[in-house]
Amino acid sequence: MSAFLPVMSVVVALATIGAAFVAIRVDSLPVAILSAGAVSLFASVLFLILAAPDVAMTEAAIGSGLTTFLFFFVLGRVGGGEQDND
Amino acid sequence: MILVAMAAGFLLILMGLYGALTNRNILRMIVAFTIASTGVNLVLVSVGYIAGRTAPILDAAVPVAKAAERIIDPVPQALVLTAIVIGLGITALMLAYAFKLYETKRTLDISKFTELKG
Amino acid sequence: MIRHALAVIFLIGLGTVFAGLMLGYTPDTELNLTARYYAENTAKDLGAANIVTAIIVTYRGLDTLGEVTVLFLTAAIVALVLAQSRHQPGAPQRVLPPSGELLHTGSRLLVPLIVLFGVYVFVNGHLTPGGGFQGGAIVASSMLLLLLTDPLRRFGHRMIARVESLSGLTYVALGALGLVLAGGFLDNRILPLGDFGSLFSAGAIPIIYSLVGLKVGAEFSSMLVNLSETEKPQ
Repeated sequence: MSAFLPVMSVVVALATIGAAFVAIRVDSLPVAILSAGAVSLFASVLFLILAAPDVAMTEAAIGSGLTTFLFFFVLGRVGGGEQDND
Repeated sequence: MILVAMAAGFLLILMGLYGALTNRNILRMIVAFTIASTGVNLVLVSVGYIAGRTAPILDAAVPVAKAAERIIDPVPQALVLTAIVIGLGITALMLAYAFKLYETKRTLDISKFTELKG
Repeated sequence: MIRHALAVIFLIGLGTVFAGLMLGYTPDTELNLTARYYAENTAKDLGAANIVTAIIVTYRGLDTLGEVTVLFLTAAIVALVLAQSRHQPGAPQRVLPPSGELLHTGSRLLVPLIVLFGVYVFVNGHLTPGGGFQGGAIVASSMLLLLLTDPLRRFGHRMIARVESLSGLTYVALGALGLVLAGGFLDNRILPLGDFGSLFSAGAIPIIYSLVGLKVGAEFSSMLVNLSETEKPQ
């Protein structure tokens, strides 16, 4: 049981970094926005492992909930806004 | 565990800055900025962690008299809590300006905005 | 491509700095002086079980007031920047597909529950994890569900603004009351501290944090409503 939290933290940290990599490299903008929301969600699990439940709640509600919706509201208005994505 | 979280936070900062510096679409730059700010918060919280201790909430498991030996540092947590809330405000502002830019120029490509170039 | 190379060089430099910071970092094994003071004196002085809440609402209450002000300013600037992009009364209405029976019925069921949960989170901020900021975000997410159900509904900006300014004024008035009746601005001992660990304890902390929750919820809602009421440029 004592080894559970360190192993869990390594797994969640890897998931966070993987989601961030997807968010930065992927071509489609909606997938990038969703991956950025996933980064926040995994980070909130990391906050919970680091014994910060207040921060974890804030990150889950604000960082991965409301921010993602703000992005999608704007994305719906500008339609991607990218003709040329080098 | 501290070092794992701290390394993840630093990596997130670097990846976010890379995305913000190399992308040309303004929406993608904003996405990268939110990732970098998550990384900063992760580093700050991991600094306050002390191995083997629990959250700074007093209850049956953490009696008042023993609080100083059983809880982790609450100050970074209070800082990060406010930083996350302000982070949403910053993101909303950036998105509103990006929408305004799209309205005037019909594009979000940063290399098309040349008015301020010397 | 020179931009990419410059960015990579800059990031390698920054990464070296970060690596140096991490290799030289030795984790604490004891609390530092400030944290030790908060750990030992919070229960005695303020009667709050959640030390993070005690720091945010009372020990560093002035900073929280500043933070809520910054949030108010951002909400106001978002509204100002997007003011011309809103739907004009005479312009033709967008035609949207109906949002479906499931979403309508589901939101009628869920919105009251979500609001109740948000209120629970910010009323219990001094006992359990959570508080005004998290509860405010949860209340704003119920507003989001309403916006998704009926995107063309026009929300009462006046109601949101009224909730926001009333709770803000009461927050500052309670803080000033602490100046008169207790030790200083935003001191929570204007009300009796009560039994440690019960709902009506910790003096004014639950009231102040509820007001912060209402204010933050109204500000987030106003940002969401303003961004969703913009029209697609022709």
